[in-house]
Amino acid sequence: MTGLVKQLRDRTTVCRQGGGPRYLERHRQQGKLPVRERIDLLLDPGSPFLELSPLAAWGLYDNEAPGAGIVTGIGRVSGREALIVANDATVKGGTYYPITIKKHLRAQQIALDNRLPCIYLVDSGGAFLPLQADVFPDRDHFGRIFFNQARMSAEGIPQLAVVMGSCTAGGAYVPAMSDQTIIVKGTGTIFLGGPPLVKAATGEEVSAEELGGADVHTRFSGVADYLAEDDAHAIGLTRTIASTLNVRKAVPVDVVPPEDPAYDPTEIYGIVNPDVRKQYDVHEVIARLVDGSRFDEFKERYSATVVTGFARLHGFLIGIVANNGVLFSESALKTTHFIELCNQRGVPLVFLQNITGFIVGRQYERSGIAKDGAKMVHAVANSVVPKFTVIIGGSFGAGNYAMCGRAYEPRLLWMWPNAKISVMGGEQAATVLTTVKREQLAREGKTLSESDEEAIRQPILEKYEAEGSPYYSTARIWDDGILDPAQTREALALGVSAAFNAPIPPPKYGVFRM
Amino acid sequence: MFRRLLIANRGEIAVRIIRACRELGVESVAVYSDADARALHVALADRVVRIGAAAPLHSYLSTDAILGAARESGAEAVHPGYGFLAESHTFAAACTDAGLTFVGPPAHVIARLGSKIAARQAATRAGIPVVPGETPADQRDVTIADAARRIGFPVLIKPSEGGGGIGMKTVRDAASLPAAIAQARREAAAAFGDGTLYVERLIERPRHVEVQVLLDRHGHAVHLFERECSLQRRHQKIVEEAPSTALTPRLRARMGDAAVTLARSAGYLNAGTVEFLLEGAGDTARFYFLEMNTRLQVEHPVTELTTGVDIVRAQIAIAAGEPLPWSQDDLTQRGHAIEARVYAEDPSRNDLPQAGSLLLYREPTMPGVRVDSGVVEGSDISVHYDPLIAKLIAWADTREGARARAIAALRSYPVLGVRTNIAFLIALLEHPAFVSGDIDTGLVESQRAALLTSATGDPPPEAIAVATHASGSAGPLDSASSTSADPWTTLQGWRG
Repeated sequence: MTGLVKQLRDRTTVCRQGGGPRYLERHRQQGKLPVRERIDLLLDPGSPFLELSPLAAWGLYDNEAPGAGIVTGIGRVSGREALIVANDATVKGGTYYPITIKKHLRAQQIALDNRLPCIYLVDSGGAFLPLQADVFPDRDHFGRIFFNQARMSAEGIPQLAVVMGSCTAGGAYVPAMSDQTIIVKGTGTIFLGGPPLVKAATGEEVSAEELGGADVHTRFSGVADYLAEDDAHAIGLTRTIASTLNVRKAVPVDVVPPEDPAYDPTEIYGIVNPDVRKQYDVHEVIARLVDGSRFDEFKERYSATVVTGFARLHGFLIGIVANNGVLFSESALKTTHFIELCNQRGVPLVFLQNITGFIVGRQYERSGIAKDGAKMVHAVANSVVPKFTVIIGGSFGAGNYAMCGRAYEPRLLWMWPNAKISVMGGEQAATVLTTVKREQLAREGKTLSESDEEAIRQPILEKYEAEGSPYYSTARIWDDGILDPAQTREALALGVSAAFNAPIPPPKYGVFRM
Repeated sequence: MFRRLLIANRGEIAVRIIRACRELGVESVAVYSDADARALHVALADRVVRIGAAAPLHSYLSTDAILGAARESGAEAVHPGYGFLAESHTFAAACTDAGLTFVGPPAHVIARLGSKIAARQAATRAGIPVVPGETPADQRDVTIADAARRIGFPVLIKPSEGGGGIGMKTVRDAASLPAAIAQARREAAAAFGDGTLYVERLIERPRHVEVQVLLDRHGHAVHLFERECSLQRRHQKIVEEAPSTALTPRLRARMGDAAVTLARSAGYLNAGTVEFLLEGAGDTARFYFLEMNTRLQVEHPVTELTTGVDIVRAQIAIAAGEPLPWSQDDLTQRGHAIEARVYAEDPSRNDLPQAGSLLLYREPTMPGVRVDSGVVEGSDISVHYDPLIAKLIAWADTREGARARAIAALRSYPVLGVRTNIAFLIALLEHPAFVSGDIDTGLVESQRAALLTSATGDPPPEAIAVATHASGSAGPLDSASSTSADPWTTLQGWRG
């Protein structure tokens, strides 16, 4: 595990360098601050920054778009948590690849779920034109960004844009759609058509600054509201605006002083085996995540393959659902009961996923494993409390659904570097597919040779191995990032705390099949 | 009776006066400094007025601020409590000039008795013995040294103004005189703004016995017998009792008469205390007039418990012009009362005052025990004021019974969050000299080492554990503290 964590750190360091030294130098020469310096300035001094999907686009687009050319995350600005979306202009001019759009939209979804003010540090050339078909037309493509801005603005979630570079074509709508917009003199520009397009269309020759610079937009067009002398000034203005949002976080009544776990979280490295087929006792993990290592277990004696109970995380009460084996009917019923408890009491849920799936077999199908599993899926899907999921091992099949996988809208979902995610394990998939092939051949009166079988199995194993990797997942934003297991407690605490910015509605369920 | 009375004080005595007002149907007005915005006396009063910053000079010692508060609140009378402005004749005069009734003697009487020289002269004129001593008119060091030699060693050199032990020096031989004079003068000037010094004979192993008097506007004067106040640390009382073990009925009557005579001759009004030094015990003992305190005393409860007289209530009634309802013959002493002053201080570090929050604070409740306090659990003991937390007073029909009760009550008095002298008080009440009643004003200092050894300062570990648990998880934190514990605040610089 230590090796996996080192690999994670190395890869994250690579991604944080953005477009590399050459582009960074050019960026600075324009008088612009690098994206991470902008964020550091924007955040309250010492504020943590919960970065989202820093390894997005890992291994995609020939690795030309580290972090997908955009930095997103939650941080404190003038005393309140805000969602920050910041283009990295050193990566292909901050243009939007398909995964860039997905990362931007995911950040907006998190802002909406948690009612976090959005601050867009805009420095982007707009859509990445060679991939236009994958960024423009569909529902969750470029246009959705502005739709989300409009909807969040309507919900009373402040939308602030800081134009610190170009905002061309569709990109012009980010500042235009914002509640308040700041533009930096000299580097910030907003226009639907840039100087080359204007020349082509009308023959008019005009500079970028004359066409859509800071002076034009703050004095004539009204597309921007505040003029900043430079990046630092723009950030200062943003912090002032952020201090006037008149929003308030509803921290729950029952909060106690935080306490470190009694057991060192780094011991998780030795507890969790990188091979997801090797089981371990999830209590050992819980003990290294929660305050004082105290866990008030619910139904400890009933269906031990799922572990449920209450604990404190940085003083906040949380409900934990964790796997300790395959899910049986009883496990599903116990978890459903526990989820109802948490919803009734407004206690956030944390799912620690390490699940091969629900039990299979004649006996279990007859007693209605599908129906009991459905109850758990129902309860998870209709939960009104904030949910958080950490995939700490395997995430296979319907177990992924029941344990609050991506489709079940946890506020945040992370993977550990050892995690694996796929519809079933590679071995099982290979066995299923070779069995299908063997039966097909048998109907034709043929048999499957051992070498033929191996020829089917091996590619399947390799494919599942590659596609089940957390890097494959995080590159595609199936998750919000890969966490160092020893930092999971902090990430969860920040997420849980940020979630209290949104009120928790009363519990509501659909029809449970009995 | 007054409609509304302002209490120019804080802490336990303000609470005590508020309770008396409530009984009398008088509306109470509390004043408070910024440090006391959440104090108990502010919570209990009918009306409250903020009078200024935490520093006493800007609040409880500010005549302007207090008179302003009286005007603003429409108070008719001002009770000064003890300490602060209680013995300031200028404050009493300012109250009168502002049309307010000052609950205490007239300003000119306070002025006269407040000066040790004038008070002594008044006592001498009234035929009451005084400790040999003088204030040399010529205040040069040499003449003060001459006076000391004339009076005879050992002598006490002390400021003519003020009290509380500040600037008081014991000198046993001529050689130590110059240093003591210089130091006393320096301290007197710093504390009272007047470096005039007074020299008197030091009575060895004296007792400090005082007599409570009450005088109304109709010419009635009574005394409420004596209080024994010999147990002092650094010239400040910590344990008081009534009656004194040193007095016989005859001596008691003589001292009572002397106190009333003095008060009458001085034109005194309202409650006052005549302090005597007592040399010896029994009918042959000799008493000397020491000074007269022109205010309510901290230790007044021991008199209240042994005589049944509510002294604070009587003060207000006298100020309102009512006659005393009893004659001297109606008053008797019954049983025995002992008061122990609970301070936020560390006896093992020279009584260093302690400040902090009372994380756990439970006053004992049991028959015959009274606790006068100005705090509740969660209150802050501020650095700005006297660190007195409370006075615990035990009454029983015998001295031994009262002593046992006081000890039992102090043992059931958990206070966590600040160090207190509770263990030290228990050790003192258990000391053989106190048990026998053979006490003098030097006892605490001479026995300090032994008292500290038997007083285990820290509460037992289980009490600390309970208090930690109670303060940590008993209830929801207020929004400010939950914000400060928020991971977004505490995880400084976290980046994953």
